[in-house]
Amino acid sequence: MRTYDRDCIGKVEAGSVSKQVQQRDRVIIRFAGDSGDGMQLTGDRFTSETAELGNDLSTLPDFPAEIRAPAGTLPGVSAFQLHFADHDVMTPGDRPDVLVAMNPAALKANIADLPAGADVIVNNDEFTPRALAKVGYAANPLEDDSLSSYQVHSIPLTSLTVKALETFEITRKDAERAKNMFALGLLSWLYHRPVESTLAFLERKFAATPELARANVTAFNAGWNFGETTEAFTVRYEVKPAEMPPGLYRNITGNVALAYGLIAAAERSGLQLFLGSYPITPASDILHELAKHKRFGVRTFQAEDEIAGVGAALGAAFGGAIGVTTTSGPGVDLKSETIGLAVTLELPLVICDIQRAGPSTGMPTKAEQSDLLLAMFGRHGEAPVPIVAPMSPSDCFDAAIEAVRIALTYRTPVFLLSDAYLANGSEPWLLPSVDSLPDLRVEFATEPNHTDAKGEPEFWPYLRDPETLARPWAVPGTAGLEHRIGGIEKADGSGNISYDPSNHDTMVRLRQAKIDGIARDIPPLAVDDPTGDAEVLVLGWGSTYGPIGAAVRAVRDSGARVAQAHLRHLNPLPANTGDVLRSYQRVLVPEMNLGQLAMLLRARFLVDAISYTRVRGLPFKSDELVDALRDVIDA
Amino acid sequence: MTIPEPRNGMSLVPAAEAKATKKEFTSDQEVRWCPGCGDYAILAAMQAFLPELGLRRENVVCISGIGCAARFPYYLNTYGMHSIHGRAPAIATGLATSRPDLSVWVVGGDGDFMSIGGNHLIHALRRNVNLKLLLFNNRIYGLTKGQYSPTSEVGKLTKSTPYGSIDFPFNPVSLALGAEATFVARTIDSDRKHLTSVLRAAAEHRGAAFVEILQNCDIFNDGAFDVLKKPETRDTAVVRLEDGKAITFGANGEKCVRLTGRGGLEVVDTAKVQPDTILVHDVAHAEPALAFMLSRLGNVDDGVTPIGVLRAVDRPTYDDQVRRQIDDAVVSSGPGDLAALLASGDTWTIN
Repeated sequence: MRTYDRDCIGKVEAGSVSKQVQQRDRVIIRFAGDSGDGMQLTGDRFTSETAELGNDLSTLPDFPAEIRAPAGTLPGVSAFQLHFADHDVMTPGDRPDVLVAMNPAALKANIADLPAGADVIVNNDEFTPRALAKVGYAANPLEDDSLSSYQVHSIPLTSLTVKALETFEITRKDAERAKNMFALGLLSWLYHRPVESTLAFLERKFAATPELARANVTAFNAGWNFGETTEAFTVRYEVKPAEMPPGLYRNITGNVALAYGLIAAAERSGLQLFLGSYPITPASDILHELAKHKRFGVRTFQAEDEIAGVGAALGAAFGGAIGVTTTSGPGVDLKSETIGLAVTLELPLVICDIQRAGPSTGMPTKAEQSDLLLAMFGRHGEAPVPIVAPMSPSDCFDAAIEAVRIALTYRTPVFLLSDAYLANGSEPWLLPSVDSLPDLRVEFATEPNHTDAKGEPEFWPYLRDPETLARPWAVPGTAGLEHRIGGIEKADGSGNISYDPSNHDTMVRLRQAKIDGIARDIPPLAVDDPTGDAEVLVLGWGSTYGPIGAAVRAVRDSGARVAQAHLRHLNPLPANTGDVLRSYQRVLVPEMNLGQLAMLLRARFLVDAISYTRVRGLPFKSDELVDALRDVIDA
Repeated sequence: MTIPEPRNGMSLVPAAEAKATKKEFTSDQEVRWCPGCGDYAILAAMQAFLPELGLRRENVVCISGIGCAARFPYYLNTYGMHSIHGRAPAIATGLATSRPDLSVWVVGGDGDFMSIGGNHLIHALRRNVNLKLLLFNNRIYGLTKGQYSPTSEVGKLTKSTPYGSIDFPFNPVSLALGAEATFVARTIDSDRKHLTSVLRAAAEHRGAAFVEILQNCDIFNDGAFDVLKKPETRDTAVVRLEDGKAITFGANGEKCVRLTGRGGLEVVDTAKVQPDTILVHDVAHAEPALAFMLSRLGNVDDGVTPIGVLRAVDRPTYDDQVRRQIDDAVVSSGPGDLAALLASGDTWTIN
């Protein structure tokens, strides 16, 4: 273990130390500290620097629901994990190569995830007897041999930062708070990151308080220089840029990508985007993002409750807008009745469910895929709703456009099932050209479509398109098409109230057939089976794409054969799903729930889908999926 | 560039080229309320009154929740939605915010507005969304066959309160005033002239207009408002409020309302007071306190019920301001550019 005293900045000014540079093909770093330590910001900045350098990357913020949990406690630990590489990256990584722990709680909460030999950079200023006792350390782990299997760098990050900032006219508290920038500077040095974007960011962030801006820049530089000049680190690492398709890139989180997808859908359809939403973790960032973009005519309505959020969206849809509501599981529970109304009104509506660990409040900031059956069946009556699920943060953009496309084409509510991991995780995104996005223009009804008994033209709101079975969308303000719709069963065609038994049977089946028919309008399930003779298929949906893909790659690298497929449309399923399932001897279905997709597949196709489930609130580790895959392959 | 704020509730709704008829506003659907229901009178008044607004029929929308009253949209030949219990104000808020060119009417009963949808009602009023909210208050649950409602009197014997209701009721007008409503009125189903005048004032108001219509349910709560309707009691029970006029009532104005020295209202004999001490009704009074006191002057149960417009004040509407923010953003920064949005933030190029 290396320990450095707080005067070492002064010492190192005397001369610099020669550093060895080692190449790495990939690195996983986890920043961990108190929820007030700025770890998310630190991780974000390191991510931006890494993206700028051209590595492929994937991130996983992992933070508590509490805004400021009691300082120094295990529940208050906030972490940000980043995986970057010189090749394409599929997950935020299983086991960090580097842990930055800003206090004993951060060390204790994360050390078990590290492989032997990992680097641990610790802020030893925080390792006071009181802080150690608070998290149950009987002895200081920096002073016994409990960390002997790691490369520990015990550094007084706080006092080094304060010392570097002693000439600034800022409070001691502000100086201490800049320690995350010191840590970021050190890590940026250690991994050869370009720093210009971070320096520019600090100038922007603290534009109103130039002294703080300079202090944070100084702390960042002090961290960089600390690495450069002390003996603390004898090795620097380089991770070369990844080979990625040419084009313009940015880093993007799932929630921002989803918001952009909705705006893009509005632009491509020429319709107004109306969001009705009630704040809920982890969906609120979509509301925040959309609220910024008034120039696109986006209307965001922060409703009095979840029910009003979806109700207002449905009201706007009646008026010809793209009605959207954003929420998480508890909100979906409340919106169910309105979604059922939208099913029978046959109006477009998009419900974005950013799934989190349940039941009830559960773990609001943690990911789960446990709302699949809720989206499928969580309404009274036969009320089918299409379901689309993105598979990566940037894919939330395309998935949102697809959800809007289905809603507009089929005049139906559509579920977009994202989750907390996709919402907050990020990855580089090759920007699409606007012209390449689908054309979503719709035609509102403008003319009567029927003739009454007297031969007069009239409008039947439930006369369907023979191909899509969608009904006409006649918006208020259209003369001659005045009509009433409602939750009561409607007569086929005319839409008038009907309690006729056989009419109800017809309407229930028509609504189901309309949704089932979407299978003709979505791509078939694609299977990746490079050798063409795999006996085992692993089938996933949603955010498990990355971990499953990484596991499949590892299994293939070891010489085994396995086929992979991933579902984007969960309802209806692609038309060839049954054929695909039946063409493999065994099918493994990993899910972050207790087997909800597996249940649907077994019921629908009578295949012996093998469920592999974890509900820890975190994405799968690809290592555990490798083991699960090997078990099935070797069975 | 300043765009003048619209001042009338219908100022952004296109006008009809020719005046429509009551028949044109009447749909072809068979009306299915119980014979004798007060809803018939309200429907007839609405069908006759809506053409008088001179709006294009296709730009009129009626949205309702669930309950007897909520069947209303089916009978108006306009655009309409019969939605789900309590949620009509929320649905209408989305529609009105999205579409300034519509005259949006929301119809609900005392279960819809005061009970299951109470939250949406108070928030629509507070936000001042340009909606006309008509509460058909019959003080009973009709469609579910006779349970007490949030406006039923204490002690009421119903199927669900065989020992008498112990729920203290809402005064809907007081509730609306407390919810920061900018327009609050009360009227009676059977008084066609008064009902129509109140509806017209509501239509003209820019913002949320709340109208409580006392409506008889002849099956489960027959005669609930008889004291306000019978010739022998109505003159002393109904207090007709008119803006700018001293508040008097009785067959010959023999009763009047005045402020007490202790900050309340009292009903006294007009002959016994100085005329200039009688309270003059002011719908636009800066403070809602007077309207609130008037709303509680009495009720049907003790025989004194103020009707008319209790309050009508100007306040920017939610939907106008939403559109204003969008217009301002477009004026100051130009319309949105999707390619520029996607490429915002830190970007890098791979060759």
